[in-house]
Amino acid sequence: MKAYIRSTGNISPQHSLNTDSFFLTRVKTSKNFFKSLEPDYDDFVDSKMIRRMSRIVKMGVAAALTCLRNAGIEKPAAILTATAYGCLEDSAGFLRKMIEFDEQTLSPTAFIQSTHNTVGAQIALLLKCHDYNNCIVHRAFSFENALTESILLLQEGIGPVLVGAIDEITDDRHTILSRFGLYKKKGTLPANIAGEGAAFFLLDKEGGNHPQAILRDLQTIYKPEDSETLQRYIQEFVKKNGLNMSQIDLVLTAHPGNAKKDEVNDQLLKTVFHENQCFPFRSLCGDYPTASGFALWLAAVLLKEQKAPIWMEGMKFPLKNILIHNHTADIHHSLILISAC
Amino acid sequence: MDNLKQKLKEQIIERLNLKTLKPENIGDDQPLFVEGIGLDSIDALELIVLLQQEYNIKLSNAEDGPRVFHSVRTMAEYITANNAAVKVSP
Amino acid sequence: MSEQPFIAGMGIVSAIGNNLPANLQSLTNEKAGIAEMVWLESNHRGELPVGEVKCSNEELADSAGLSVRLPRAALLSCLAAREALQDAGWEKGAQLRTGFISANTVGGMDKTENFFRVFSKNSAGGKLVDVVNHECGAVTELTADYLGIRNFVSTVSTACSSSANAIFTGARMIQAGLLDFALVGGTDALTRFTLNGFNTLMILDRELCRPFDENRHGLNLGEGAAYMVLANEKGMKQLNKKPYARVSGFANANDAFHQTASSPEGTGPFLAMKAALNHAGIHPADIDYINLHGTGTQNNDIAEGTAIRLLFDPIYPKMSSTKAYTGHTLGASGAVEAVYSILAIQHGLIFPNLRFQTAMKELPFQPVTACLKNQVIQHVMSNSFGFGGNCSTLIFSAA
Repeated sequence: MKAYIRSTGNISPQHSLNTDSFFLTRVKTSKNFFKSLEPDYDDFVDSKMIRRMSRIVKMGVAAALTCLRNAGIEKPAAILTATAYGCLEDSAGFLRKMIEFDEQTLSPTAFIQSTHNTVGAQIALLLKCHDYNNCIVHRAFSFENALTESILLLQEGIGPVLVGAIDEITDDRHTILSRFGLYKKKGTLPANIAGEGAAFFLLDKEGGNHPQAILRDLQTIYKPEDSETLQRYIQEFVKKNGLNMSQIDLVLTAHPGNAKKDEVNDQLLKTVFHENQCFPFRSLCGDYPTASGFALWLAAVLLKEQKAPIWMEGMKFPLKNILIHNHTADIHHSLILISAC
Repeated sequence: MDNLKQKLKEQIIERLNLKTLKPENIGDDQPLFVEGIGLDSIDALELIVLLQQEYNIKLSNAEDGPRVFHSVRTMAEYITANNAAVKVSP
Repeated sequence: MSEQPFIAGMGIVSAIGNNLPANLQSLTNEKAGIAEMVWLESNHRGELPVGEVKCSNEELADSAGLSVRLPRAALLSCLAAREALQDAGWEKGAQLRTGFISANTVGGMDKTENFFRVFSKNSAGGKLVDVVNHECGAVTELTADYLGIRNFVSTVSTACSSSANAIFTGARMIQAGLLDFALVGGTDALTRFTLNGFNTLMILDRELCRPFDENRHGLNLGEGAAYMVLANEKGMKQLNKKPYARVSGFANANDAFHQTASSPEGTGPFLAMKAALNHAGIHPADIDYINLHGTGTQNNDIAEGTAIRLLFDPIYPKMSSTKAYTGHTLGASGAVEAVYSILAIQHGLIFPNLRFQTAMKELPFQPVTACLKNQVIQHVMSNSFGFGGNCSTLIFSAA
């Protein structure tokens, strides 16, 4: 056993801040992007600090504070954040002004808020937390690498660890990625939907009062040679955790956005996942590098509640073990194994 | 001077995103930094940019900041003095 | 700390040299690399001195055998990382598990700026190839792919402490038995984005910077890349060479005071240094040399100096800021200065705090002002303090 997930806090395109609402209503989108449902941030941060915060920082801070409130603790012993794009709104904002004013008379706020570790830093500032603070920014492995680091910290006796995955959609990001052809329509709907979210978890060696789930293991696979190799990695991963594929009660698969068909995932559905019930988690949160954060939240919620949202048809219970498989462009594959407490 | 002070209050609120404040909440002599409104070093830099962009005055020495930006009144006086200087010199 | 990872090889490209021997020579000859801007095209050319790597992108690309379309930070990274692996004698075919943990703050921003110049006026404009490697992680992967490292690849970004954090992440993974080798460090290239960003904070010196001097006026920005190969015992056996030093301690703490400014008492720096000493199992008096974060800003130097006073009083080790040589290399600074710290141990040298004239009135100590040779250096402390209150301290010890 690697770590207990003691609590979560998730701001996403679904009603994820309030699990009761999540279980009743599914949010869909007909566009090729999926923006988060955001709370009133004044409930989380006072006006003096909030005035400088861009949207992604507010999302991250609110999700983190929710996670801590849900665990009933004031301060973690470590704060880790994972983001692939960082604070895009502030970065682009500063760049535009720099170009518009020809490098003269520029305002500092956007620049200072553009550093990738701003979310983690603002959380520490709010909580006056002087402890360990790190930020991982490695594309679609950002969150997985942050989880690995969290587990290492717990093994060293540093805990509980607050770890979160945050990425945002901005107009610029969407325009540019659209130009790369990511959101081209296939049929009536675009295959990929741009997504975003801020998902935080409190990991600990002990479960606390009401632990959500157990994070058992994780693995990243960079550019697997072919599907057979990938299948082998998956089987070995499950086996090394003392399980066989039939004991995986649910696989959260990496089908992008709306896509009913996806070559890489479909091949897995036919082979290594052919016995398992599967659910494409990115249909709920869209596509973004740290989407595995949403997947982990979804897995934790299902394992804790042991019931499906009313809009999730045909899900069989009980769920004891959930495997998350995520991938981006067949380059970054990750596997996360979570179990019920 | 009164018009300038009013304008400054509006500009400060807007530029520093002090959404919960209205111009009438900021006293002419109320300290802007530390106590009073409670602005910080980044706000000071933003006010330097404000001076440049809105009033064409360059505060090149950051150490003059605490004196110039002490209150809305000191800001208004500084702007008036520097604009007057610009008008007077040939 | 158990099983202190060894340092088996190093590589570096900076304003004072394009490789390790060149850097060492400049350090001992007291030759700084901060000068007028040559390669970066900015409206501040002639106004702000910078520590540029003395190569055009074409020259860097040529040395690396890579495309000039790649971000400058990636080119610097590939060159320094390649040197580190060669210096260690690491070979791709080696069966031991090797990870690559790199750091940077703005990724491929130099190319993104070119894109935005057109894109900001026309959303269909700008060359997509200029943004394909924008992300911090993309720059790291370019280097990982270049070197053939696949086991574990990651990127850290915590502003100015980034590559210090990358170094201890690699050390941590070796100690946990997840890796046998960890190539760790960081890179950052000068960009208009960072130059203008720091300029808005009014902390750039228009002259050559004077860290820890009473009359300091700010920092000079620099660029570069530096890496070291960390290895466990098994790895060292395979390399069959003597290590340069060990990573004997590390710590990260948060100042939690302000997004950019350090607390006047230096809370974060104090906590990081103290925890690193505890981690290494040594006392303040055991430190022979501190490589200061020492940016030359009013704020950092007094905060760091105060923290040192509180922790080390009354016995102060020799100390200097090598940013007086290279400028502040941001995401690379932790690693650049770690390399210099290890050179200090290896060669018994203490590098001077160039251009120092007047001690800070608040501090009962001052940095070293000439290059000291034939020193017995057992333990070195290297500080890196970044925006967001991110404070990291590394301790290196003789192997």
